[in-house]
Amino acid sequence: MRERPLSPHMSVYRMTRYSLLTSIGNRATGLLLSIGLLMLVCWLAALAGGARVYAKVLAAFAAPAYKLVYAALLAAFAYHLIAGIRHLIWDTGHGLERAQSQRSAHLVIAAAAVLAAACIWWALAPHGAAP
Amino acid sequence: MSLRTPLAQVRGLGAAGEGVHHWWAQRVTAVALVPLAAWFLVSLLTLPALDYATVSAWLHGIWSATLMVLFVACAAWHSRLGVQVVIEDYVHDCGLKATALVLSVFVHVVVALAGVFAVLRVAFGSG
Repeated sequence: MRERPLSPHMSVYRMTRYSLLTSIGNRATGLLLSIGLLMLVCWLAALAGGARVYAKVLAAFAAPAYKLVYAALLAAFAYHLIAGIRHLIWDTGHGLERAQSQRSAHLVIAAAAVLAAACIWWALAPHGAAP
Repeated sequence: MSLRTPLAQVRGLGAAGEGVHHWWAQRVTAVALVPLAAWFLVSLLTLPALDYATVSAWLHGIWSATLMVLFVACAAWHSRLGVQVVIEDYVHDCGLKATALVLSVFVHVVVALAGVFAVLRVAFGSG
């Protein structure tokens, strides 16, 4: 069979174009947040299981290694929120020009970094109430 | 010339027969999750402690229980739609793809129901 023509695939796009990276980042952080949802439901189920079960689960979730998980989840939340709002704006038909999407990609990365840093500082710095 | 029948064109449901339902549901849950997720994060971080008494007293409140049920339900729905697209795009083997899609739906339904049931049990509990 003769080779058929193919539409442009991944390799034709330049990864240095932040628009592509920000879009894939939205998927990756979304998947991470799905795991976060799983942890949230475990926490809720432990709460429903009574004081003894809850104390055990809370002690497990308070392990130092989990700080890294919470930091990752908070960063994912910050990024997914900001990038998601950009997608919602795109859905209205605005900001789709190449120069605009380049600019908003930089804006998303900067805003998400600031929000992530703020969330992590609030939740995980010694003054916080989080586990 | 379109090969679609006039009726199919008017209905606008496309080849899969679902129209823009997936796209629209993903957007609506996204919009709902902005305030819900912000509420959850702020509430959790402003609780004086995370011990059993404090957290269960907090979830006893009508507002916190209602918003928590909404948050878990919306998050699970939004996650189910998002994971579905990721599987469709990156899992190429047909059998594996179908298995992963069905498994994802099962897991999401279980997660949503378990979360909602847990919140209601705490909210209706005596503690």
